[in-house]
Amino acid sequence: MLTSDPWLILLVVVPLLAAPVCVLLRNATAAWAVALVVSWSIFGIAVKLLIQVLEQGEVFYRIGGWDAPWGIEYKLDPLGAFVVVIIATIGAVVIPYAKKSVENEIQKERIYLFYTMMLLCISGLLGITVTGDAFNLFVFLEISSLSSYVLISMGQDRRALTAAYRYLIMGTIGATFYIIGVGLMYQMTGSLNFADLSTIMPAIADTRTVLAALAFLTVGISLKLALFPLHMWLPNAYTFAPSAVTAFLAATATKVSLYVLLRIFFTVFGEVDLFATFPLQPVLIGMALAGMFLASLSAIWQENLKRMMAYSSVAQIGYMVLGVALATEAGLAGGIIHLFNHALVKGTAFLAIGAIIYSTGAVTLRDLRGVGKSMPLLMAAFIVAGLGLIGVPLTAGFVSKWQLVTATLEADMWPLAALILLSSLLAVIYVWRIFEVAYLRDSHLAPVKIIKKLPLSMLIPTWILALASLYFGTHATLTMDIAHTAARQLMGGM
Amino acid sequence: MIDIPDLIGLLNYWVVIVLMMSGFYVVIAQGNLIKKIVGLNIFQVSVFVFYISMGKIEGGSAPILDDAIEIYSNPLPHVLILTAIVVGVATTALALALVVRINAAYGTIEEDEIQAIEHEEEDVAC
Repeated sequence: MLTSDPWLILLVVVPLLAAPVCVLLRNATAAWAVALVVSWSIFGIAVKLLIQVLEQGEVFYRIGGWDAPWGIEYKLDPLGAFVVVIIATIGAVVIPYAKKSVENEIQKERIYLFYTMMLLCISGLLGITVTGDAFNLFVFLEISSLSSYVLISMGQDRRALTAAYRYLIMGTIGATFYIIGVGLMYQMTGSLNFADLSTIMPAIADTRTVLAALAFLTVGISLKLALFPLHMWLPNAYTFAPSAVTAFLAATATKVSLYVLLRIFFTVFGEVDLFATFPLQPVLIGMALAGMFLASLSAIWQENLKRMMAYSSVAQIGYMVLGVALATEAGLAGGIIHLFNHALVKGTAFLAIGAIIYSTGAVTLRDLRGVGKSMPLLMAAFIVAGLGLIGVPLTAGFVSKWQLVTATLEADMWPLAALILLSSLLAVIYVWRIFEVAYLRDSHLAPVKIIKKLPLSMLIPTWILALASLYFGTHATLTMDIAHTAARQLMGGM
Repeated sequence: MIDIPDLIGLLNYWVVIVLMMSGFYVVIAQGNLIKKIVGLNIFQVSVFVFYISMGKIEGGSAPILDDAIEIYSNPLPHVLILTAIVVGVATTALALALVVRINAAYGTIEEDEIQAIEHEEEDVAC
């Protein structure tokens, strides 16, 4: 008999309880200290659980001792554990970075609320990943979404408010679509447990109710995922949110939505040959490709660094969805590994941009002439991230694109392989624009002025992520193994 | 042929669909930020009605264990929707708070006017 593992519930409960503590403390430094301790302990627990899952198999926790499918069950498989580690890593890196960045960008008397919201958001994202219950997932989805709306609205520019409002409207529509889908499934099956649903699903997969449920779930999650063309909320939200928030959300929030999509497609509908029955593949591949090309093209024209990276995120989500849409083990592994690698790469990029804003106060390309000379160490990290976005060998981005290209070739879809390479060339253009401004343009003129010296507490986290992306670009065995294990398990049902 | 009693029997679901679509339409079509929130609320309420209808069985009783009762309604969707209502209240509160802040920052809550102001800002910046 499987026993409940209390570490699993601690992942969610610790940040959830620490959040109100931050409110009670009402002090910026104290709240930051709480958030730091919590995020590092979460990181420890996450790594412990990942090792445990890989060595001994799935970990369970039954809330209140009620057995599934009646009670809510928390469950961690290799994929879940991998995503948990991503969230925990980014949290543990962003919180130390946030201290100086937030002092610079948010009013002093509001800072303790910032850490409250960060903890709630971490708790919600982890909850989505560990829960095995469809409705519980909705609740965590809303916890993480509501806190991220607040975090975005804390940006300095007043446009942060409208960006947060738009994200709230789109996000709520997405979440409501999700519960409509869950409701339709419940109507047919009487169950909310993912594992239980997957055993009932084959008998009723052809009914129109289930078809409608699938449509609502897919569209709802795609909204949260910012899958092209449902990405309209993302560029403004990422551009005007405080830098630390952008780095955190870009590296985690959309990744968790992709995880939910995988859960629906390959766990709930795992016993049904979903991709053979419904024309999901052409639709998903079409949207993924449109995202890869159109969002990359938009990124090329942006003057604002944050907005450029935001569009690049939409494009990178396209790669992940493309991997998922192939619905082969190799394709899924490609999507999952890209999820991890992109979190590292985009995390580095946004942390570096935050540091540039802190030191120079500028964020548009034309104000950043020669920033490579003013801030050589920082810009080096940014360039590492840029190369990762292109997918240059030795960076993490290369590993995932290689896997995706291999997967498309294995699936006999060589035009897709060509399109992946072609869209990577677009990434070369926007990364080159940054490189040119930072190192080459008007090199005889004085480079951009440093207003404030960059503190180590911001430089070190940026480099930790940059080095991690280099490490996993050259030592990909570990992450590839996990991605393959997770993909194999997801495909196992089919 | 559609059966008339069937149509009436499914009245709740017709109401759900009408509410859902009108709420959704209001969210998309209205330019006023408050009216958008009203639309969002109608949209969410339709889902509440949907869940509650789904759990109800004709002649079914509340889930109280008693020998005299044979048919029970399913209480689970009702409890779920209690949670969803709380989430909806939180979302509405946050949305309204944002609108208050937007009004203070822009002096208007009409979407087109806000967009005009934002475009002007970007033109000045470029």
